[in-house]
Amino acid sequence: MKIIVAIKQVPDRDAPVRIAASGKWVDESDLQWAMNEPDAYALEEALQLKEKNGGEVVVVSAGPERVGSTIREAMAKGADRAIQVICDDLGARDALGVAKLLAAAIKAENPDLVLTGLQSEDVGLGQTGVIVAELLGLPHSTLILHVEKTDAGITVKREMEEGWFQTIAMPLPAVLTMQSGGNKLRYATLMGIKRAKTKELRTVRAAELGVDGAPLVTLDQIAMPKKQKSTQILSGSAKEAAAALVEKLKTEARVL
Amino acid sequence: MSGILVVLEDRGGKVRSASWEAVAAALKLAPVQNVTAAVIGAQTEALAGEAARKGVGKVVRVEHPLLAQYTADGFCAALQQLVQNESPTHIVFPHTYQVRDFAPALAARMGQALIGDVVAIEDGPLFIRQLMQGRLNGSYRHCGNGPCFVSVQAGAFRADAFEAQLGAAAITTFNPNLDAAQIRTKPGEPFREAAQTVDLGSAQRIVSVGRGIKEAANLNLVQDLAAVLGAEIAASRPICDNGWLPMERQVGSSGQTVAPKLYLAVGISGAIQHLVGMKGSQCIVAINKDPDAPIFEVADYGIVGDLFEVVPAVTDAVKSAKA
Repeated sequence: MKIIVAIKQVPDRDAPVRIAASGKWVDESDLQWAMNEPDAYALEEALQLKEKNGGEVVVVSAGPERVGSTIREAMAKGADRAIQVICDDLGARDALGVAKLLAAAIKAENPDLVLTGLQSEDVGLGQTGVIVAELLGLPHSTLILHVEKTDAGITVKREMEEGWFQTIAMPLPAVLTMQSGGNKLRYATLMGIKRAKTKELRTVRAAELGVDGAPLVTLDQIAMPKKQKSTQILSGSAKEAAAALVEKLKTEARVL
Repeated sequence: MSGILVVLEDRGGKVRSASWEAVAAALKLAPVQNVTAAVIGAQTEALAGEAARKGVGKVVRVEHPLLAQYTADGFCAALQQLVQNESPTHIVFPHTYQVRDFAPALAARMGQALIGDVVAIEDGPLFIRQLMQGRLNGSYRHCGNGPCFVSVQAGAFRADAFEAQLGAAAITTFNPNLDAAQIRTKPGEPFREAAQTVDLGSAQRIVSVGRGIKEAANLNLVQDLAAVLGAEIAASRPICDNGWLPMERQVGSSGQTVAPKLYLAVGISGAIQHLVGMKGSQCIVAINKDPDAPIFEVADYGIVGDLFEVVPAVTDAVKSAKA
């Protein structure tokens, strides 16, 4: 089974968020970068499917040069090779534009299965996998926790709302967006990190893929959200703040 | 192109409340008489009646035997035909798991990009949605000539905003052309895992823990606090994903929805998926090292600091208050 995993490099979760001078995106100068966590779950599912059924795991990622480090991390965990779509204006493209880049890179590979995370931790559109399926003319399903290979294709466990699940049977090739928590993420071993350096990382420039980049939806401006409630921040040492909090909970909120 | 099409979602034979919120969002774009509500399924008479009584401009029953159970293929094919027939300027959905499953594909099929998970609509129209796990808001604009697809976040628009403005709406039926061969997935019946043994929904006090706790071994800090408060322990999704606490203790869109008297969030940044599960709590306390964490947007009281110092201090303070 040939499995493509589409991954995204996103700002590290703990990185401080500052709005850039343009007002259109965050200041990236001091950011640390990491693999989008739902994509890490997609990669893990792909690696486990390969371990069970054989085949190949190919990572695809779009973004500027720096994305290479996240791709190497995926290969250190066990992906066999990778394709990077070099694209310096990923943030200016809408969901359809990004999916067009990935679909163009994926199509040439003729995969049996395409996996990606259900959403990114930065822009959080949660659409890329679904649109890639549409562009490739493949069936898809979303919020998947587990994939089982069958004679006819695959069965997947899909998460629904409020603790419900559903099993869906579908043919291959197919596209799935993975929910987190369906399996346990592995760490890269030292040997894996060493091997990753020798694995194939092919780059292709976005412009070479011949997809229409004009966005239909633009991000005009970003801003800090307005507070919904006026929060009383209790300051002082941990002990002072704790004492003040308990006093408030007792006498003001009356919940103790 | 004219008018707004709102695609209602149903569950258990009733229109879901999130669907009425989508109608409320549509009213930011056009007056109610220009709003058409669509119900979808194999038998939609009761749903259409319910929608018509709400006083939207018009109700369309999108009906076909192949729409009895939701599939992305069936819904995309049916709604594409409906949108071509109605030619609305905007198509508005509630941002549910089901909509996330098909609306991006539907928009792409029509050469458009969905503006998903919108929390506000401002003049322009500008569609506001959250970025960076709720730490920032982005203002999005639709350009180009085609219809604009929008989905709105649960709880962002007031469903009672349009109550009974008009009399009962006219109902029409739209039968899309569907072929069984178009539907490539075979969905099974919904099921639950092992019966839930924890009912967080009825808890009066909850101490909830997030990524900030760093390791499973540190959970005793929040367990001690919960013990002195007589509170249930709950968690955000990553804690349950890691297996540190059972899934049934998860609060949020994929877990339980709670509304206790006291909700104490420890090391939880407050991504929207968590907030939707707890923002109805009477009193919310947040302990987090990041002063810009979105949890502080919904908290009544906050302590910005290291939870490894603050939580034991709160535990001690509760003990002495009780003594």
